[in-house]
Parts: sequence; structure tokens; C-alpha cells
Amino acid sequence: MAEAAESSGDPGTTSPRPLFAGLSDISISQDIPVEGEITIPMRSHIREFDSSTLNESVQNTIMRDLKAVGKKFMHVLYPRKSNTLLRDWDLWGPLILCVTLALMLQRSSIDSEKDGGPQFAEVFVIVWFGAVTITLNSKLLGGNISFFQSLCVLGYCILPLTVAMLVCRLVLLAEPGPINFVVRFFVVIVMFAWSIVASTAFLADSQPPNRKALAIYPVFLFYFVISWMILTFTP
Amino acid sequence: MAAADELAFHEFEEASDLLAETPDAATTSGSNQLTPQGHVAVAVDSGGSYGAEEEVEESDRTALLQEEKQQPGFWTFGYYQSFFDVDTSQVLDRIRGSLLPRPGHNFVRHHLRNRPDLYGPFWICATLAFVLAVTGNLTLVLAQRRDPSIHYSPQFHKVTVAGVTIYCYVWLVPLALWAFLRWRKGVRERMGPYTFLETVCVYGYSLFVFIPTVVLWLIPVPWLQWLFGGLALALSAASLVFTLWPVVREDTRLVAAVLLSTVVLLHALLAVGCKPLPLAHPAPPTQAASLSPDLPPPPTSSAHTT
Repeated sequence: MAEAAESSGDPGTTSPRPLFAGLSDISISQDIPVEGEITIPMRSHIREFDSSTLNESVQNTIMRDLKAVGKKFMHVLYPRKSNTLLRDWDLWGPLILCVTLALMLQRSSIDSEKDGGPQFAEVFVIVWFGAVTITLNSKLLGGNISFFQSLCVLGYCILPLTVAMLVCRLVLLAEPGPINFVVRFFVVIVMFAWSIVASTAFLADSQPPNRKALAIYPVFLFYFVISWMILTFTP
Repeated sequence: MAAADELAFHEFEEASDLLAETPDAATTSGSNQLTPQGHVAVAVDSGGSYGAEEEVEESDRTALLQEEKQQPGFWTFGYYQSFFDVDTSQVLDRIRGSLLPRPGHNFVRHHLRNRPDLYGPFWICATLAFVLAVTGNLTLVLAQRRDPSIHYSPQFHKVTVAGVTIYCYVWLVPLALWAFLRWRKGVRERMGPYTFLETVCVYGYSLFVFIPTVVLWLIPVPWLQWLFGGLALALSAASLVFTLWPVVREDTRLVAAVLLSTVVLLHALLAVGCKPLPLAHPAPPTQAASLSPDLPPPPTSSAHTT
């Protein structure tokens, strides 16, 4: 085999070299390895990579996930028709957003339980069960999006409303009045529209064309309820 | 027999030759066979734009029947998908049919065409529950503006109460009605009872008229509120009565009258329960919570049906 390799190794030479002329270059005294790995070199490289994620520092792992979540936040804030949210779905982002929103909606005043605003559990349940219901609805209508992809998109598109909640809390630190309410109303309306546009950009293509409105209406109701909870929040 | 076998083989060869030469010929002859059935379906039904759809439905149905004879079992996803097999235009048409009931038109036969769906009832009930909670909240806000002594709070528990009440109404009352109609099936000759899903569909779509009514109830003029309430109740109950009339007509007078009046009464109870009670005079803060819209508990009202 070594001869064939040597003879075919120089195709460019036009001078007719006698066959097996390069044989003398080979030091036959050296042991030609006839044993070794038959695996492709790439695979051992991948094996190295796999074990390295186990051994890497915790900071690296967390930063990698946080960067993925941050990249998806950017995709939500500037909704274009891209597949990043759908392809590499994850539920970290929706969890962070839902917990932040539920914590901020907690009232600090001492109200009786019946009359109070939404408790943490209520917000949590509404967000997650609402998303599950909308996903089931779109799958039952014949959409071809997977369950977790849809949950991921719906959860990430709560980001504008979480920003609206932050702004509302800051605005509520000022003195109450009609201007206060108008500002909060305007901010919530704009962020509500942004959420709907973002989620429609990702979800609309997966539905059959004559049922798009049927699948989008529950999304509209979902974000409307969350916007209502944000707008009626009083500390 | 050898001759019959030869004939059969010859036909197959001929057919395969035909297919090889003109692949379009087979498809057109197949659809020609199916369109006569479709045309018959179009002539019988008077539903305008649905003619073409009926034709497609008939041909689809015959094709499906030839392939498989049984529905998927209730443990498969496809079983539940069959209840959501509606298009946007169909849902809108059903909503329009429930908003404008006409004496001759039967909602089930005319609009559902024996294909009930669960999309309409489910999302109409969800919308109604949330709209009730939102407008209840808004009523309190508006009342507080007029009279600052009333204590304002978001009262989020109303969503839960409203949702549970409405969903129980749309599921338990049709269940009772359907069971009662099946029990009286022996008296009827002409028309079979409706299936359970069709009854749920009728009730669900009939609740649609309450959604704009609840929003219009925000206007704090009492006689206008009663007017809107009466109008909504009339439309909704009329839709129910016109649908149930053909089924109940053959029964004895007494049973028919009692059944129809019970249906209307339950519907009226729901409507009254949804209407916000007027906050006439300034009340101390502890009583303000109890003056907010309260809803009737369903179990006691469904005990009246049978």
C-alpha cells in the first residue's frame, strides 16, 4: 500500500520516472504502523469537547445559557422572521420573565386575600396554563409547530410586558393623578401591541392559512389579560 | 374459471396501459363519478357559499369511508382534533347565526350542519369570563371616581368565580338537557335528539351576545342597562328556543312548556347574575366588596331542570 501511495503521490511530474523509484526514500527499517485507531480523527476531537463541558467552570455554563437567553431577547425586541426562537427553544427565558412579572405584581399593602390583586400563584398559573392552552389550541387546529417551541415563543414574547411593568412601577413612585394613569396606559398599550406583533411574527406561519385568525385570537386574549393585570396594579 | 381470469387480467393490463399513456384521464373520470353526489348535496341545501364546501365535504367523506370505517379512539390526539375542524369563516358564520335567530332556522341543522366544534364554546366562555372580570373592575373604578369613599381593589378572584360559573353552566346544563331529551326520546317519532356536543355548541354560541352587552353595561344609566340586558336575554333565549322547538314540539304540551321555560329561566338567572348591581349610595369600605357583581352558584339552579 505504501508503494501505491508513493507512486500516486506525485501526479504533477511529467518526466517519466521509473516505477517504484521513490522506494529508496522510504526507510524500511522504520516500523510501518499496522495497528492503530480506525476511528475518524474528528470523533476523538468531539469526545474531547463533550468531556470538556463537564469539566468547565460553572461560570462558563451559566454564561453560555445566559447568552442564549439574551440573544433570544434581542430577537423578540426586534421581531424579524427568523428561526432562532423556534430552532433552539429553551424555557429558561420564559421562567425568568414569569417569575419577575409575578414578583413585581405582588402587592406590598396588607389587603384581605379576597380583595387583593393577583397573587404570585395566580400570575404563574395564568401565564403557564394560558400558554399551554394556546399551544394545545393551535395544535388541535392543525398547526405544525411543536409543543415546546410554541411555549418558548409565547413565554419570550412576555418580555415587552415585563418591561412595561418595570416602567409602571417606576412611574407609580411619582405622585398619583390622571397624567400618571395616562402615561401608564400608553406604555402598556404600546408594549401589548409589541408582544402581539412579535408572537404573530413567529407563530403565524405554522398555521393553515384559513385558520390563522382562530389561532391568533387566543394569543391576543392572553396578552390582554396580562396587560390588564399590569395596568390595574396599585401598590 | 380460466376465461374469467383471463378477462380480469386483460382489464387490468388495459387499465394500466391507459394510466401509463394519459395519467390525467383516470383522475378526471374519478372526479366525474364523485361530482354527481356533490351536485345532489348542493341542490338540497340552500346555504349559499357553502355549496362548494359541501361538495368537497361529500367527496372527502366518501373517500374517507372507502379507506377506513371507524373513527380514531378517544385516546388518540386525532379524536380531539376532529372537534376543532373549523375555519375562521365557519366560526364567524356560527356566531352570526346565534346573534340573529330566525324562527324557521334551526341553529344545529342550519349552521352546525351536524359538525359541532368545541373551539367556539370554549373561547367564547373564556372571553366572557375575562370580560366580566375586567368590566367588574372598571365599574368599581368608575364608581370610585364619583364617590371617593369606596375602597378600590383589583378583586382578581372574580376571574376565578366568573370562569368556573360560566364553564359549569355551559357543560352541566346541556348535559342535563341532553339527558332529559334522550329520556323522552320514546315520545318523538320524527326527529332524533341532538348529540351532547351539538347541545354544548348551541349553548356556547348563544352566550356570545353577552360579551358586547357586558361591555355596554359600563354605561351607568340604569334603564339603559336593563334595556341592554333584556335585549341580550331575548336574543340569546330566542336562539335556544328556536333550536329546541322542533325537538320538543312532538312532546306533550306540558313537558314542552316546562322545558322551554326552564331553559329560559336559567338563562335569565345567568344574565342577571352577570349584571353589575347598582352602587346607589356611598357605602362604608367594608361593604363595598359585597356590593360588587356577584354570580349565582350553579348547582342550585341546575336542580330545577328535572
